[in-house]
Amino acid sequence: MSNIQVETLNHSYGTKPALHEIKFVIEPGFNVILGPNGAGKSTLFSLLTGILPAQTGKVLYDQVDIKSHRRAIMHRLGVVFQQPTLDLNLSVQQNLTYFGALHGISKASVLQQCEPLLQAFSLADRLSDNTRSLNQGHRRRLEIIRALIHQPQYLLLDEATVGLDADTRQLVLNTLRDYVQANNVTLLWTTHLMDEVLMTDNLTLLHKGTIKAQGKTEVLLADAQCRTVFDWYCSLTQTVEAM
Amino acid sequence: MGGWLTAFIAINQRELIRFWHNRSRLLSALVRPLLWLLVFAVGFRSVLGVSIMPPYETYILYQEYIVPGLCAMIVLFNSMQNSLSMVYDREMGSMKVLLMSPYPSSFLLFAKLFASAVLSLLQVLIFIALCFLVDVDISLTGILFATPAIFLTAFFLGALGIILANFIKQLENFAGIMNFVIFPMFFMSSALYPLWKIRESSEWLYWICYYNPFTHGVELIRFALYQHINTSALLVILGVTIVFSTLALLTFRGQKHA
Repeated sequence: MSNIQVETLNHSYGTKPALHEIKFVIEPGFNVILGPNGAGKSTLFSLLTGILPAQTGKVLYDQVDIKSHRRAIMHRLGVVFQQPTLDLNLSVQQNLTYFGALHGISKASVLQQCEPLLQAFSLADRLSDNTRSLNQGHRRRLEIIRALIHQPQYLLLDEATVGLDADTRQLVLNTLRDYVQANNVTLLWTTHLMDEVLMTDNLTLLHKGTIKAQGKTEVLLADAQCRTVFDWYCSLTQTVEAM
Repeated sequence: MGGWLTAFIAINQRELIRFWHNRSRLLSALVRPLLWLLVFAVGFRSVLGVSIMPPYETYILYQEYIVPGLCAMIVLFNSMQNSLSMVYDREMGSMKVLLMSPYPSSFLLFAKLFASAVLSLLQVLIFIALCFLVDVDISLTGILFATPAIFLTAFFLGALGIILANFIKQLENFAGIMNFVIFPMFFMSSALYPLWKIRESSEWLYWICYYNPFTHGVELIRFALYQHINTSALLVILGVTIVFSTLALLTFRGQKHA
Protein backbone atom coordinates (compact mmCIF):
# COMPACT_ATOMS: atom_id res chain seq x y z
CA MET A 1 0.00 0.00 0.00
CA SER A 2 2.70 2.52 1.09
CA ASN A 3 0.28 5.12 2.32
CA ILE A 4 0.86 7.86 4.85
CA GLN A 5 -2.04 8.65 7.12
CA VAL A 6 -2.19 11.78 9.21
CA GLU A 7 -4.78 11.79 11.99
CA THR A 8 -5.94 15.02 13.62
CA LEU A 9 -2.55 16.71 14.04
CA ASN A 10 -2.42 19.88 16.07
CA HIS A 11 0.77 21.74 16.79
CA SER A 12 1.65 25.02 18.39
CA TYR A 13 4.84 26.82 19.35
CA GLY A 14 4.07 28.10 22.81
CA THR A 15 0.79 29.90 22.45
CA LYS A 16 1.18 30.40 18.71
CA PRO A 17 -0.77 27.77 16.77
CA ALA A 18 1.00 26.34 13.71
CA LEU A 19 -1.25 23.48 12.61
CA HIS A 20 -4.91 22.85 13.33
CA GLU A 21 -6.78 19.56 12.92
CA ILE A 22 -4.67 18.29 10.03
CA LYS A 23 -6.10 15.07 8.62
CA PHE A 24 -5.30 13.38 5.30
CA VAL A 25 -4.15 10.19 3.61
CA ILE A 26 -1.41 10.13 0.99
CA GLU A 27 -1.38 7.27 -1.49
CA PRO A 28 1.46 6.16 -3.82
CA GLY A 29 2.15 8.76 -6.50
CA PHE A 30 3.18 12.40 -6.67
CA ASN A 31 1.49 14.33 -3.87
CA VAL A 32 1.90 18.07 -3.49
CA ILE A 33 1.26 20.20 -0.42
CA LEU A 34 0.92 23.75 -1.63
CA GLY A 35 1.01 26.68 0.73
CA PRO A 36 2.52 30.13 1.10
CA ASN A 37 5.44 30.81 3.43
CA GLY A 38 4.30 30.44 7.02
CA ALA A 39 1.41 28.14 6.13
CA GLY A 40 2.78 25.38 8.37
CA LYS A 41 4.39 23.20 5.68
CA SER A 42 7.73 22.81 7.43
CA THR A 43 6.06 22.09 10.78
CA LEU A 44 3.93 19.44 9.11
CA PHE A 45 7.07 18.06 7.47
CA SER A 46 8.88 17.88 10.80
CA LEU A 47 5.95 15.99 12.29
CA LEU A 48 5.86 13.58 9.34
CA THR A 49 9.56 12.79 9.74
CA GLY A 50 9.36 12.49 13.52
CA ILE A 51 11.80 15.39 13.96
CA LEU A 52 9.03 17.02 15.99
CA PRO A 53 6.89 14.86 18.28
CA ALA A 54 3.17 15.10 17.64
CA GLN A 55 1.44 17.11 20.38
CA THR A 56 -1.89 15.57 19.43
CA GLY A 57 -2.87 13.15 16.69
CA LYS A 58 -0.88 10.51 14.84
CA VAL A 59 1.30 9.99 11.80
CA LEU A 60 0.95 6.46 10.43
CA TYR A 61 3.01 4.81 7.70
CA ASP A 62 1.07 1.78 6.47
CA GLN A 63 -0.93 1.90 9.71
CA VAL A 64 2.29 1.93 11.76
CA ASP A 65 2.72 4.86 14.15
CA ILE A 66 6.01 6.74 13.68
CA LYS A 67 6.07 7.49 17.40
CA SER A 68 6.43 3.85 18.40
CA HIS A 69 8.13 2.40 15.29
CA ARG A 70 10.41 5.22 14.17
CA ARG A 71 13.42 2.97 13.48
CA ALA A 72 11.50 0.61 11.20
CA ILE A 73 9.96 3.54 9.33
CA MET A 74 13.31 5.31 8.88
CA HIS A 75 14.51 2.31 6.87
CA ARG A 76 11.77 3.05 4.33
CA LEU A 77 11.76 6.84 4.43
CA GLY A 78 13.81 9.18 2.25
CA VAL A 79 13.88 12.86 3.19
CA VAL A 80 15.13 16.09 1.65
CA PHE A 81 14.87 18.94 4.12
CA GLN A 82 14.39 22.56 3.14
CA GLN A 83 17.56 23.42 5.07
CA PRO A 84 20.72 22.01 3.43
CA THR A 85 22.03 18.98 5.33
CA LEU A 86 25.17 18.02 3.39
CA ASP A 87 28.48 17.86 5.21
CA LEU A 88 30.56 20.44 3.38
CA ASN A 89 33.79 18.97 4.78
CA LEU A 90 33.20 15.71 2.91
CA SER A 91 33.45 14.96 -0.79
CA VAL A 92 30.42 14.14 -2.93
CA GLN A 93 31.15 10.43 -2.66
CA GLN A 94 31.81 10.62 1.07
CA ASN A 95 28.45 12.34 1.63
CA LEU A 96 26.71 9.54 -0.24
CA THR A 97 28.58 6.67 1.41
CA TYR A 98 28.24 8.25 4.88
CA PHE A 99 24.47 8.42 4.48
CA GLY A 100 24.39 4.88 3.07
CA ALA A 101 26.45 3.60 6.00
CA LEU A 102 24.05 5.25 8.46
CA HIS A 103 21.43 2.97 6.88
CA GLY A 104 23.76 -0.04 7.00
CA ILE A 105 24.52 -0.02 3.25
CA SER A 106 28.05 -0.75 2.00
CA LYS A 107 30.05 1.71 -0.10
CA ALA A 108 29.91 -0.56 -3.20
CA SER A 109 26.12 -0.85 -3.00
CA VAL A 110 25.75 2.89 -2.54
CA LEU A 111 27.82 3.70 -5.61
CA GLN A 112 26.03 1.09 -7.68
CA GLN A 113 22.64 2.36 -6.58
CA CYS A 114 23.55 6.01 -7.23
CA GLU A 115 25.18 5.56 -10.64
CA PRO A 116 22.10 6.20 -12.85
CA LEU A 117 20.99 9.20 -10.79
CA LEU A 118 24.51 10.66 -10.74
CA GLN A 119 24.46 10.43 -14.52
CA ALA A 120 21.00 11.96 -14.77
CA PHE A 121 21.95 14.82 -12.48
CA SER A 122 25.37 15.43 -14.13
CA LEU A 123 27.29 14.59 -10.99
CA ALA A 124 28.98 11.36 -12.09
CA ASP A 125 32.31 13.06 -12.75
CA ARG A 126 32.28 15.07 -9.53
CA LEU A 127 32.38 12.23 -7.02
CA SER A 128 35.77 13.19 -5.65
CA ASP A 129 35.03 16.93 -5.53
CA ASN A 130 34.58 18.60 -2.19
CA THR A 131 30.91 19.30 -1.57
CA ARG A 132 31.81 22.87 -0.67
CA SER A 133 32.87 23.41 -4.30
CA LEU A 134 29.40 22.51 -5.67
CA ASN A 135 26.94 25.24 -6.53
CA GLN A 136 23.54 25.33 -4.85
CA GLY A 137 21.82 23.48 -7.69
CA HIS A 138 24.32 20.61 -7.62
CA ARG A 139 24.13 20.41 -3.83
CA ARG A 140 20.35 20.05 -4.06
CA ARG A 141 20.68 17.33 -6.69
CA LEU A 142 23.14 15.52 -4.44
CA GLU A 143 20.71 15.67 -1.52
CA ILE A 144 17.98 14.16 -3.68
CA ILE A 145 20.25 11.34 -4.88
CA ARG A 146 21.24 10.73 -1.28
CA ALA A 147 17.61 10.44 -0.19
CA LEU A 148 17.12 7.62 -2.70
CA ILE A 149 20.14 5.50 -1.70
CA HIS A 150 18.20 3.09 0.50
CA GLN A 151 15.39 2.77 -2.06
CA PRO A 152 12.71 4.25 0.21
CA GLN A 153 9.02 3.51 -0.21
CA TYR A 154 8.19 6.99 1.03
CA LEU A 155 9.87 10.18 -0.14
CA LEU A 156 9.35 13.49 1.60
CA LEU A 157 10.78 16.65 0.03
CA ASP A 158 10.38 20.03 1.67
CA GLU A 159 10.70 22.98 -0.74
CA ALA A 160 13.43 21.02 -2.52
CA THR A 161 13.66 23.38 -5.49
CA VAL A 162 13.95 26.66 -3.61
CA GLY A 163 16.78 28.75 -5.01
CA LEU A 164 17.27 26.61 -8.12
CA ASP A 165 17.19 27.95 -11.66
CA ALA A 166 14.30 27.01 -13.95
CA ASP A 167 16.22 24.29 -15.84
CA THR A 168 17.42 22.58 -12.68
CA ARG A 169 13.94 22.74 -11.15
CA GLN A 170 12.49 21.09 -14.22
CA LEU A 171 15.21 18.44 -14.26
CA VAL A 172 14.65 17.61 -10.59
CA LEU A 173 10.88 17.45 -10.97
CA ASN A 174 10.96 15.35 -14.13
CA THR A 175 13.47 12.91 -12.66
CA LEU A 176 11.43 12.48 -9.50
CA ARG A 177 8.15 12.08 -11.38
CA ASP A 178 9.75 9.34 -13.49
CA TYR A 179 11.17 7.72 -10.37
CA VAL A 180 7.79 7.71 -8.63
CA GLN A 181 6.12 6.14 -11.63
CA ALA A 182 8.80 3.51 -12.13
CA ASN A 183 9.05 2.49 -8.48
CA ASN A 184 5.50 3.06 -7.23
CA VAL A 185 6.66 5.10 -4.26
CA THR A 186 4.68 7.59 -2.21
CA LEU A 187 6.17 11.04 -2.69
CA LEU A 188 5.17 14.12 -0.77
CA TRP A 189 6.36 17.41 -2.24
CA THR A 190 5.81 20.61 -0.27
CA THR A 191 6.12 23.84 -2.19
CA HIS A 192 4.89 27.38 -2.49
CA LEU A 193 5.58 27.43 -6.24
CA MET A 194 2.34 26.89 -8.14
CA ASP A 195 3.96 26.12 -11.47
CA GLU A 196 5.31 22.89 -9.94
CA VAL A 197 1.81 21.44 -9.67
CA LEU A 198 0.53 19.23 -12.52
CA MET A 199 -3.09 18.42 -13.28
CA THR A 200 -2.45 14.76 -12.50
CA ASP A 201 -0.94 15.42 -9.04
CA ASN A 202 -2.75 14.87 -5.77
CA LEU A 203 -2.91 18.36 -4.34
CA THR A 204 -3.43 19.59 -0.79
CA LEU A 205 -3.74 23.28 -0.01
CA LEU A 206 -2.38 24.25 3.38
CA HIS A 207 -3.18 27.77 4.49
CA LYS A 208 -2.67 29.32 7.93
CA GLY A 209 -2.17 25.92 9.51
CA THR A 210 -5.32 24.28 8.17
CA ILE A 211 -6.12 22.21 5.10
CA LYS A 212 -8.38 24.14 2.76
CA ALA A 213 -8.73 21.63 -0.06
CA GLN A 214 -7.51 18.23 -1.10
CA GLY A 215 -7.91 16.10 -4.21
CA LYS A 216 -6.75 15.58 -7.77
CA THR A 217 -5.63 18.93 -9.17
CA GLU A 218 -7.81 18.73 -12.27
CA VAL A 219 -10.89 17.86 -10.20
CA LEU A 220 -10.23 20.65 -7.69
CA LEU A 221 -9.85 23.19 -10.50
CA ALA A 222 -12.95 21.96 -12.30
CA ASP A 223 -15.03 22.12 -9.12
CA ALA A 224 -13.88 25.67 -8.46
CA GLN A 225 -14.29 26.59 -12.13
CA CYS A 226 -10.72 27.84 -12.33
CA ARG A 227 -8.36 27.50 -15.27
CA THR A 228 -5.06 27.63 -13.43
CA VAL A 229 -3.70 26.60 -10.05
CA PHE A 230 -2.93 30.27 -9.40
CA ASP A 231 -6.58 31.31 -9.98
CA TRP A 232 -7.77 28.44 -7.82
CA TYR A 233 -5.32 29.29 -5.06
CA CYS A 234 -6.26 32.99 -5.09
CA SER A 235 -9.97 32.31 -5.07
CA LEU A 236 -9.67 29.87 -2.20
CA THR A 237 -7.32 31.85 0.01
CA GLN A 238 -9.22 35.10 -0.56
CA THR A 239 -12.43 33.32 0.39
CA VAL A 240 -10.73 32.02 3.49
CA GLU A 241 -9.39 35.44 4.43
CA ALA A 242 -12.82 37.00 3.93
CA MET A 243 -14.14 34.49 6.43
CA MET B 1 25.46 -7.05 12.35
CA GLY B 2 27.31 -5.91 9.20
CA GLY B 3 25.06 -2.88 8.91
CA TRP B 4 25.79 -1.81 12.47
CA LEU B 5 29.52 -2.13 11.88
CA THR B 6 29.25 -0.19 8.60
CA ALA B 7 27.44 2.64 10.42
CA PHE B 8 29.90 2.58 13.33
CA ILE B 9 32.92 2.77 11.01
CA ALA B 10 31.30 5.54 8.93
CA ILE B 11 30.67 7.76 11.97
CA ASN B 12 34.28 7.29 13.09
CA GLN B 13 35.63 7.81 9.59
CA ARG B 14 33.66 11.05 9.22
CA GLU B 15 35.13 12.48 12.41
CA LEU B 16 38.65 11.51 11.30
CA ILE B 17 38.15 13.06 7.86
CA ARG B 18 36.84 16.27 9.40
CA PHE B 19 39.78 16.33 11.78
CA TRP B 20 42.21 15.74 8.93
CA HIS B 21 40.63 18.54 6.88
CA ASN B 22 41.07 20.84 9.85
CA ARG B 23 44.75 20.20 10.57
CA SER B 24 45.16 23.53 12.33
CA ARG B 25 43.04 21.96 15.07
CA LEU B 26 45.76 19.34 15.60
CA LEU B 27 48.40 22.03 15.65
CA SER B 28 46.59 24.10 18.26
CA ALA B 29 45.81 20.97 20.26
CA LEU B 30 49.57 20.32 20.49
CA VAL B 31 50.84 23.87 20.82
CA ARG B 32 48.71 24.50 23.92
CA PRO B 33 50.18 21.71 26.12
CA LEU B 34 53.65 22.19 24.64
CA LEU B 35 53.61 25.82 25.74
CA TRP B 36 52.73 24.69 29.24
CA LEU B 37 55.46 22.07 29.16
CA LEU B 38 58.22 24.12 27.55
CA VAL B 39 57.53 27.55 28.98
CA PHE B 40 55.38 27.35 32.10
CA ALA B 41 56.91 24.17 33.53
CA VAL B 42 60.48 25.25 32.82
CA GLY B 43 59.89 28.65 34.39
CA PHE B 44 58.28 27.22 37.49
CA ARG B 45 60.28 24.09 38.08
CA SER B 46 62.56 25.70 40.62
CA VAL B 47 59.66 27.49 42.31
CA LEU B 48 57.30 24.57 42.66
CA GLY B 49 58.94 21.58 44.35
CA VAL B 50 57.16 18.26 44.17
CA SER B 51 57.71 15.79 46.99
CA ILE B 52 57.90 12.04 46.57
CA MET B 53 54.32 10.87 46.28
CA PRO B 54 52.61 8.01 44.51
CA PRO B 55 52.97 6.99 41.73
CA TYR B 56 56.48 8.57 41.75
CA GLU B 57 59.27 6.70 43.50
CA THR B 58 61.76 9.53 43.55
CA TYR B 59 61.90 13.30 43.28
CA ILE B 60 60.81 14.42 39.86
CA LEU B 61 61.06 17.60 37.85
CA TYR B 62 57.94 19.73 37.57
CA GLN B 63 57.92 19.04 33.80
CA GLU B 64 57.42 15.38 34.51
CA TYR B 65 54.69 16.11 37.02
CA ILE B 66 52.50 18.09 34.66
CA VAL B 67 52.68 15.72 31.66
CA PRO B 68 49.67 13.58 32.77
CA GLY B 69 47.70 16.77 33.46
CA LEU B 70 48.56 18.07 30.01
CA CYS B 71 47.46 14.74 28.47
CA ALA B 72 44.13 15.19 30.25
CA MET B 73 44.05 18.79 29.07
CA ILE B 74 44.30 17.62 25.45
CA VAL B 75 41.40 15.24 26.06
CA LEU B 76 39.38 18.03 27.71
CA PHE B 77 39.91 20.49 24.86
CA ASN B 78 39.22 17.86 22.20
CA SER B 79 35.99 16.84 23.90
CA MET B 80 34.83 20.44 24.08
CA GLN B 81 35.87 20.92 20.45
CA ASN B 82 33.61 17.99 19.60
CA SER B 83 30.77 19.60 21.46
CA LEU B 84 31.38 22.69 19.33
CA SER B 85 31.29 20.61 16.14
CA MET B 86 27.96 19.14 17.28
CA VAL B 87 26.58 22.66 17.59
CA TYR B 88 27.99 23.38 14.12
CA ASP B 89 26.34 20.21 12.74
CA ARG B 90 23.05 21.28 14.28
CA GLU B 91 23.31 24.79 12.82
CA MET B 92 24.40 23.53 9.38
CA GLY B 93 21.69 20.86 9.28
CA SER B 94 23.96 17.82 8.95
CA MET B 95 22.87 16.62 12.40
CA LYS B 96 19.52 15.73 10.81
CA VAL B 97 21.25 13.14 8.61
CA LEU B 98 22.47 11.35 11.72
CA LEU B 99 19.12 11.62 13.44
CA MET B 100 17.29 10.17 10.43
CA SER B 101 19.36 6.99 10.71
CA PRO B 102 17.31 3.93 11.63
CA TYR B 103 19.86 2.93 14.27
CA PRO B 104 19.09 3.69 17.92
CA SER B 105 20.24 6.97 19.46
CA SER B 106 22.28 5.07 22.08
CA PHE B 107 24.29 3.36 19.33
CA LEU B 108 24.83 6.60 17.38
CA LEU B 109 25.92 8.38 20.54
CA PHE B 110 28.32 5.57 21.46
CA ALA B 111 29.85 5.74 17.97
CA LYS B 112 30.29 9.52 18.26
CA LEU B 113 31.86 9.24 21.72
CA PHE B 114 34.14 6.47 20.50
CA ALA B 115 35.27 8.62 17.56
CA SER B 116 35.95 11.54 19.89
CA ALA B 117 37.96 9.26 22.21
CA VAL B 118 40.02 7.95 19.28
CA LEU B 119 40.85 11.53 18.24
CA SER B 120 41.81 12.42 21.81
CA LEU B 121 44.02 9.36 22.07
CA LEU B 122 45.79 10.14 18.79
CA GLN B 123 46.56 13.68 19.94
CA VAL B 124 47.78 12.51 23.35
CA LEU B 125 50.08 9.93 21.74
CA ILE B 126 51.61 12.59 19.48
CA PHE B 127 52.09 14.83 22.52
CA ILE B 128 53.75 12.04 24.51
CA ALA B 129 56.08 11.39 21.57
CA LEU B 130 57.05 15.09 21.64
CA CYS B 131 57.67 14.86 25.40
CA PHE B 132 60.65 12.60 24.69
CA LEU B 133 62.31 15.59 23.03
CA VAL B 134 62.35 17.45 26.35
CA ASP B 135 63.64 14.47 28.33
CA VAL B 136 60.35 13.47 29.89
CA ASP B 137 60.62 9.74 29.51
CA ILE B 138 57.54 7.59 29.68
CA SER B 139 57.92 3.86 29.09
CA LEU B 140 56.13 2.12 26.27
CA THR B 141 54.44 -0.11 28.84
CA GLY B 142 53.27 3.04 30.61
CA ILE B 143 51.76 4.33 27.38
CA LEU B 144 49.99 1.00 26.82
CA PHE B 145 48.72 1.12 30.40
CA ALA B 146 47.54 4.70 29.97
CA THR B 147 45.63 4.03 26.71
CA PRO B 148 42.46 2.67 28.39
CA ALA B 149 42.71 5.39 31.07
CA ILE B 150 42.85 8.11 28.39
CA PHE B 151 40.02 6.41 26.51
CA LEU B 152 37.80 6.25 29.58
CA THR B 153 38.53 9.87 30.50
CA ALA B 154 37.77 10.85 26.90
CA PHE B 155 34.41 9.05 27.13
CA PHE B 156 33.51 10.91 30.32
CA LEU B 157 34.55 14.29 28.92
CA GLY B 158 32.97 13.54 25.52
CA ALA B 159 29.66 12.80 27.23
CA LEU B 160 29.98 16.07 29.15
CA GLY B 161 30.62 17.85 25.85
CA ILE B 162 27.42 16.42 24.36
CA ILE B 163 25.42 17.56 27.38
CA LEU B 164 26.91 21.04 27.03
CA ALA B 165 26.22 21.10 23.27
CA ASN B 166 22.54 20.92 24.10
CA PHE B 167 22.81 24.16 26.06
CA ILE B 168 24.86 26.02 23.45
CA LYS B 169 22.28 27.44 21.11
CA GLN B 170 24.76 29.24 18.86
CA LEU B 171 28.42 28.82 17.99
CA GLU B 172 29.08 32.27 19.41
CA ASN B 173 28.21 31.02 22.90
CA PHE B 174 31.22 28.71 22.97
CA ALA B 175 33.34 31.33 24.75
CA GLY B 176 31.10 30.76 27.77
CA ILE B 177 32.10 27.10 27.80
CA MET B 178 35.75 28.13 27.81
CA ASN B 179 35.27 30.44 30.79
CA PHE B 180 32.80 28.44 32.82
CA VAL B 181 33.73 24.83 32.08
CA ILE B 182 37.14 24.27 30.54
CA PHE B 183 39.25 26.71 32.57
CA PRO B 184 37.67 26.00 36.00
CA MET B 185 37.82 22.26 35.36
CA PHE B 186 41.48 22.40 34.37
CA PHE B 187 42.78 24.88 36.94
CA MET B 188 40.78 23.43 39.83
CA SER B 189 42.34 20.01 39.47
CA SER B 190 45.60 18.22 40.14
CA ALA B 191 46.75 18.82 36.55
CA LEU B 192 49.21 21.61 37.41
CA TYR B 193 49.86 21.18 41.12
CA PRO B 194 49.43 18.29 43.56
CA LEU B 195 46.36 18.43 45.79
CA TRP B 196 48.43 18.57 48.98
CA LYS B 197 50.07 21.76 47.70
CA ILE B 198 46.67 23.30 47.12
CA ARG B 199 45.55 22.23 50.60
CA GLU B 200 48.52 24.04 52.13
CA SER B 201 47.19 27.28 50.69
CA SER B 202 43.43 26.84 50.75
CA GLU B 203 41.31 24.14 52.36
CA TRP B 204 38.12 25.02 50.44
CA LEU B 205 39.93 25.09 47.13
CA TYR B 206 41.39 21.69 47.94
CA TRP B 207 37.90 20.23 48.40
CA ILE B 208 36.68 21.78 45.17
CA CYS B 209 39.66 20.26 43.36
CA TYR B 210 39.10 16.94 45.12
CA TYR B 211 35.47 16.72 44.02
CA ASN B 212 36.26 17.84 40.48
CA PRO B 213 35.95 14.64 38.40
CA PHE B 214 38.63 15.95 36.05
CA THR B 215 41.13 15.58 38.93
CA HIS B 216 40.34 11.88 39.00
CA GLY B 217 40.80 11.66 35.24
CA VAL B 218 44.24 13.28 35.63
CA GLU B 219 45.19 10.92 38.46
CA LEU B 220 43.93 7.88 36.55
CA ILE B 221 46.17 8.83 33.62
CA ARG B 222 49.09 9.76 35.91
CA PHE B 223 49.10 6.41 37.72
CA ALA B 224 48.55 4.49 34.48
CA LEU B 225 51.55 6.18 32.83
CA TYR B 226 53.66 4.67 35.64
CA GLN B 227 51.93 1.31 35.34
CA HIS B 228 49.77 1.65 38.44
CA ILE B 229 46.04 1.60 38.83
CA ASN B 230 44.52 4.32 40.96
CA THR B 231 41.42 2.37 42.06
CA SER B 232 39.53 5.28 43.60
CA ALA B 233 40.11 7.45 40.49
CA LEU B 234 39.04 4.54 38.28
CA LEU B 235 35.80 4.08 40.24
CA VAL B 236 35.03 7.80 40.15
CA ILE B 237 35.65 8.02 36.40
CA LEU B 238 33.59 4.88 35.73
CA GLY B 239 30.78 6.35 37.81
CA VAL B 240 30.76 9.79 36.17
CA THR B 241 31.09 8.18 32.73
CA ILE B 242 27.92 6.17 33.34
CA VAL B 243 26.04 9.18 34.75
CA PHE B 244 27.21 11.63 32.06
CA SER B 245 26.64 9.11 29.23
CA THR B 246 23.06 8.59 30.43
CA LEU B 247 22.47 12.34 30.58
CA ALA B 248 24.18 12.75 27.20
CA LEU B 249 21.83 10.14 25.71
CA LEU B 250 18.81 12.02 27.01
CA THR B 251 20.06 15.33 25.60
CA PHE B 252 21.11 13.65 22.33
CA ARG B 253 17.59 12.29 21.89
CA GLY B 254 16.39 15.81 22.62
CA GLN B 255 18.52 17.11 19.70
CA LYS B 256 16.00 15.46 17.41
CA HIS B 257 13.43 17.94 18.57
CA ALA B 258 15.77 20.94 18.78
